[in-house]
Amino acid sequence: MTTTARSLASVDGLQRLTIATPDRPLRLDNGRALDHVEIAYETWGKLSPAKDNVVIVCHALTGDQFAASENPVTGRPAWWPTMVGPGKPVDTNRFFVISTNVLGGCMGSTGPASRRPDGHVWGADFPHITVADMVRAQIALLDEMGIDDVFLAIGGSIGGMQVLQWTVQARGRVFAAIPIATAARQSAQNIGFYEVGRQAIMADPNWCDGAYVEQDKRPDRGLAVARMAAHITYVSEPALKRKFDRRLQDREALGFGFDADFQIESYLRHQGQSFVDRFDANSYLYITRAMDYFDLAADHGGQLANAFRGLDTRFCVFSFSSDWHYTPEESRNIVQALNAAGCDVSYVSIETDKGHDAFLLDEPEFEAAITGFIDAIAEARDLPPADEAKAMARGKGKARP
Amino acid sequence: MTFPTGPSGGAFRARRADHVAISQFVNEGDLVLDVGCGDGQLMQLLQSERGARTRGLEVEQAGVNRCVARGLSVVQGDADNDLPVYPDRAFDVAILSKTIQELARPKFVMGELARIARRVIVSFRNYGHWKVRTALLTTGRVPSLGSSNPDWWSDGARRACSARDLADLAADLGLDITAACAVGGQPADASALKRLNWSAEEIVFVLERHSQ
Repeated sequence: MTTTARSLASVDGLQRLTIATPDRPLRLDNGRALDHVEIAYETWGKLSPAKDNVVIVCHALTGDQFAASENPVTGRPAWWPTMVGPGKPVDTNRFFVISTNVLGGCMGSTGPASRRPDGHVWGADFPHITVADMVRAQIALLDEMGIDDVFLAIGGSIGGMQVLQWTVQARGRVFAAIPIATAARQSAQNIGFYEVGRQAIMADPNWCDGAYVEQDKRPDRGLAVARMAAHITYVSEPALKRKFDRRLQDREALGFGFDADFQIESYLRHQGQSFVDRFDANSYLYITRAMDYFDLAADHGGQLANAFRGLDTRFCVFSFSSDWHYTPEESRNIVQALNAAGCDVSYVSIETDKGHDAFLLDEPEFEAAITGFIDAIAEARDLPPADEAKAMARGKGKARP
Repeated sequence: MTFPTGPSGGAFRARRADHVAISQFVNEGDLVLDVGCGDGQLMQLLQSERGARTRGLEVEQAGVNRCVARGLSVVQGDADNDLPVYPDRAFDVAILSKTIQELARPKFVMGELARIARRVIVSFRNYGHWKVRTALLTTGRVPSLGSSNPDWWSDGARRACSARDLADLAADLGLDITAACAVGGQPADASALKRLNWSAEEIVFVLERHSQ
């Protein structure tokens, strides 16, 4: 397969494909174009001969392509082990699962930390990108791989935005879509929170107007604060109360100082510190900006239903009751627009106190509903059932006629 | 001993009599909205035996999950609040199966269903039945319908109504009863209303907007 031959597994061990070259640039929503784009990706499972079992897993803001296996660069475990893997709802015995690092990301795909053709690092000169640009790059990757149709696109948060974008941008090429804990437009509240994070990064003297890589510096303090602020929005107050409440950290009494007296402070500081080791500050700026700019209705005459009209993609939308980052209300707006457009849609609201991050955690009701939906759409698509696929994956089964 | 078989000749499956009564008014290819669809039994019946395309609306998470796990398209939501977002005439048929007496705003919901579907099918427990009337007359107590438990609070109905009450509501909304039948009985037209209201414990109405 040409895919393997053209794949660039460089010294960092990441798998990449070139999806844009000077004679075939990637045109961006802001009017600029990128002459050289690599997209890093991972796959699991086997592509069926009919190429009808492709699942795209879209990652969230700080995620990467390692949904179902350990990240060799950071050593961190797979970020979605409850959802993707052998025998999991997105069963890698059945499906050919592709996850990419988004355009603008920092796990191997072209982004602000990449080098420009002139050898300098992009930094803040990297063009501003949108969710649509990210999806454009993913579609280009699949084109490179010789894959036309996507059986399922699934993802949470900004990954869910990409899923929605996939259905309208690769119109007619996406059989089913599972947008989770997401919105069709970024709320003012979320723009506000991410602006706080960006300001923290840009206020760090080590940010150097975005040129910190070339100056051999890192705006770690700013990035850590950005992560701390955002992390609060990913968890609910009931969960914070359950886990920490006002309990003190390694001390019997208040310290009358600015050390981490409270467990919640210590927890957030840890979240911030561990984040800077694995994420690029400029990528954080660019990806959060892409989220702010996301407004699917605005791209379709102000009517979200217009974006979806005529789609025969089957949707299953999920939200979590205690998610105040992307609220159930935002999901209901998507569902209402899909209904207004006459689309085939299911909507499941999961009761949980785990907040936005619930989609990454062990939620049996959530997994059961996703499994049911995927089994049903696989049957509608005439894909072999799970047990048969498993036997085939082991090489014991017979090929279907 | 022989076992009854379904219309398709397949093995007998437990089918609720009210579902069977409703399904006779659904045609092949109809796009159907089942409001208060529970765990999706009726939708499955309409798909497999009537060749209909179905969508469901259900308030309980457990019901929604079971539907989605069965491959049915269901939106978690509430008939009293979530219908206005559906466009006019989005469906061929809207169904309220034993749900109307449990709604907070039955008139509003009926009006909305008549807006979003060309045909509305309503099944309900008939509190005009002679047993109800005589029980009320002789015992002074409102009897319970559809439940072996005689307690008046046991059958889930928020508002007890009779066939005549529902016919009045339909008329008020500008809807005609184009067909009616007792669950387990034969289809009839609106002229059978008096008889049905006296003799049928459970009734299905098919409602359509007055033709111009």
